[in-house]
Amino acid sequence: MSNVAAELNETALCRHCGGEVIGMAAYCCGGCEAAHQLIGKSGLAVYYQRRILDAGQRKPRPEDLHQIGDLNAWVRDVDAETAELTLMIDGLHCGACVWLIEQFLLQQPGVVNARVSLTTRRLTLCWETSVCRPEVLTEGVQALGYRLVPLDPSCLVAKDEAEVKALLRCLAVAGFAAGNIMLLSVSVWLGADPWTRDLLHWVSAMIALPAVAYAGRPFFASAWNALKVRRTNMDVPISLAIILAPSLSLHETFTGGQHAYFDSAVTLLFFLLIGRFLDTRARRAARATAEQLLALNAEAATVIEADGTLRDVQPRQLAVGQRVLVVAGGRIPADGKVLSGNSRVDVQVISGESNPIDAELGTAVFAGTLNIEAPLTILVEKVGEATLLADILRLMEAAEARRGRFVRIAEKVARYYSPVVHLTALITFLSWVFIGGMAWQDALLIAIAVLIITCPCALALAVPAVQVVASQRLLKAGVLLKSADALERLRGVDHVLLDKTGTLTVGRPVLTTCSEPARLAKAAAIASHSRHPLAAALRRAAGLVMTLEGVREIPGQGLEWEGPDGIWRLGSTRFTGQRDNGSAAMMLFLVDPQGQATSFEFTDPLRDDAAEIVAALKTIGPVEIWSGDRAPTVEVCADAVGIIDWHAQALPTDKVARLEALRADGRNVLMIGDGINDAPALRAAVVSMAPASGAEIAQNAADLVFQGDHLAPVLVALNTAKTADRLVRQNLAISLTYNLAAVPLAIIGLVTPLIAALAMSSSSIIVVLNALRAGKTRGGRPS
Amino acid sequence: MTVLLFLIPIALCLGGLGLFAFLWCMRSGQFDDLDGAAQRILFDDAPAPTHDRRPNS
Repeated sequence: MSNVAAELNETALCRHCGGEVIGMAAYCCGGCEAAHQLIGKSGLAVYYQRRILDAGQRKPRPEDLHQIGDLNAWVRDVDAETAELTLMIDGLHCGACVWLIEQFLLQQPGVVNARVSLTTRRLTLCWETSVCRPEVLTEGVQALGYRLVPLDPSCLVAKDEAEVKALLRCLAVAGFAAGNIMLLSVSVWLGADPWTRDLLHWVSAMIALPAVAYAGRPFFASAWNALKVRRTNMDVPISLAIILAPSLSLHETFTGGQHAYFDSAVTLLFFLLIGRFLDTRARRAARATAEQLLALNAEAATVIEADGTLRDVQPRQLAVGQRVLVVAGGRIPADGKVLSGNSRVDVQVISGESNPIDAELGTAVFAGTLNIEAPLTILVEKVGEATLLADILRLMEAAEARRGRFVRIAEKVARYYSPVVHLTALITFLSWVFIGGMAWQDALLIAIAVLIITCPCALALAVPAVQVVASQRLLKAGVLLKSADALERLRGVDHVLLDKTGTLTVGRPVLTTCSEPARLAKAAAIASHSRHPLAAALRRAAGLVMTLEGVREIPGQGLEWEGPDGIWRLGSTRFTGQRDNGSAAMMLFLVDPQGQATSFEFTDPLRDDAAEIVAALKTIGPVEIWSGDRAPTVEVCADAVGIIDWHAQALPTDKVARLEALRADGRNVLMIGDGINDAPALRAAVVSMAPASGAEIAQNAADLVFQGDHLAPVLVALNTAKTADRLVRQNLAISLTYNLAAVPLAIIGLVTPLIAALAMSSSSIIVVLNALRAGKTRGGRPS
Repeated sequence: MTVLLFLIPIALCLGGLGLFAFLWCMRSGQFDDLDGAAQRILFDDAPAPTHDRRPNS
């Protein structure tokens, strides 16, 4: 019994990509079959036993081949014979994918080295230029089912990486120095005789001075930059403390003094570097995600040259007057007019309209929209700055500029805290010299103790540590954090604006009514030959169906099947000769050879948990729908989720205007949207989210991107933001309390290096432990 | 306390060795792909390449 089940299970899924197949076929498509054979031929079939498919990743289906075009711009020459190239890989599931890609490439003639990084999802390829061309290699990997995008080594991410590495090196040096000096200091504290104490101080000085000079550079640079423009930031007191403390301790050491602050200075530096490292890494991860999303979604445009040959170019290289071929399922790269072909275009991303529009000779089409049914040839009329897309981009930039820079909580605290620190230390010094009549060296030592004690080491750790833990938790729940301060902004949300199509709804049609359910299997079998979204919906509704021979697709109209009993037709009202009943719903008809018709009606359904999540969102503030779709459709949807305040046929500018009005009222608005038309609004809102299924530009504009068919991640993000905020505040309170308690002691000159070191380390450790609590989930998590 | 004259340099050398090892690992890229490294160890040795890649090196 179980064997039969296993067998069934095995044959019901594609042998290569593990996706659904029609009937009992072994593969879902020709691409998968070719990939399976290619892997078998290369002797790498063990891949299928080793791999663990990750449901969150794209299926390794080579069918939707992605054009890379010319790679020359990205190739770096290693020496006269070899060259190197770095590419991003989409669709890596587990270590077996890494193994498969590396082994496959190493088998190709001319490949010197191929290395896949699972962490950064990058492939570094090194080959002999005389033996092979990189295009051949990348095409091979694409044929296995992965998507590749060449990586520009000069991009921001590469610079961030260098910065993180430099910080890590500083961290290592500071850690080494702190550990060793602390060991020596403990001996001093335990009571060493003067000779030993001086020796230990000298050794400490020899470790501390070079370490501070090397590892303190990130702070010195930042403090110097602030001072140059006559401002002060948190790094100014830090730099002062870590320069003055060792200098004065050196003076003490020369004169055989009792106390030296080498340990405090270096430990302080070590803890601060940990905070800085975590912060930079979180920002880098956010930025890398954003760049990767963009690069993967960028599609090449196919230009038809005068002599009829096809050439792939970047969309921004297109010129007015060129003819462009857009395949079925491809995005239209520029604004223009249809020259030939008969298809339908999904304009959802531009206008929010859920029904695709017909495209035939002369129809104006816009960049970014999706060609659904059949190939189209388009005459490019506008490029770059003149396109509708560029208008939207400009609107986005303007909205961004008006949003103003968000001030992070750590910066806010630093802004008030840093002058107070300077003043306290200065007043302490002056008081001791002029009122207390102390020698200036001793007074300076006390002033430095004040600087060290007040130094915001736990403060610098408090925010980044929480941020790192919280973003890890979000990642597990399917939410990508794209800007590092999004969590802080999310906390204050008290008003929500939603888009409809693709946000509240799934964004793809689902069969709702069928006039004769017995005909569904037949319709689905015919539909399995088309990539039209309605055909796909029929197929999904019918489950597994047998495939039929002899089905013809008439582009832009429908499908015809010549069966034993005559011709069956599946398609639009016009194609099947039905009466148009004026219904707004998306319809398909199946007509049998006797002329008897079956109708299929589709809607774009709500996400499963839409009503539930909207109800939860209502508890934090008013919820509104702003959609570009027609009023009746929006109304139905608004009623279903229980939103009273809805607006239909809204233009991008309307959404932005509404957001600005709300901002003027002092509201903190969360905007959730998926379309190109939402992008300006996503930028204008205080904080924004976009589903991973949305347009690339929306994902780029949003602060957070969530995956999956549910809205629940929105709630998870809001809850995480609240938890994170509470922890950050607790952490700030803890570290400030510590400092405040120790400051009076420091001012009256009672702080020895031992007390300084204890206060600092224990507050830092408590802050880090507290931050780890952000990883604990509490409710609102999808199953 | 003359024992300190031996012990401190020894302690520092050992610590320095650790620091040097860490910096060397970083430079040679051993921290670049921690996830991948964890998975790689599970795979057997690679099948022999089907062609002679670099005849003279």
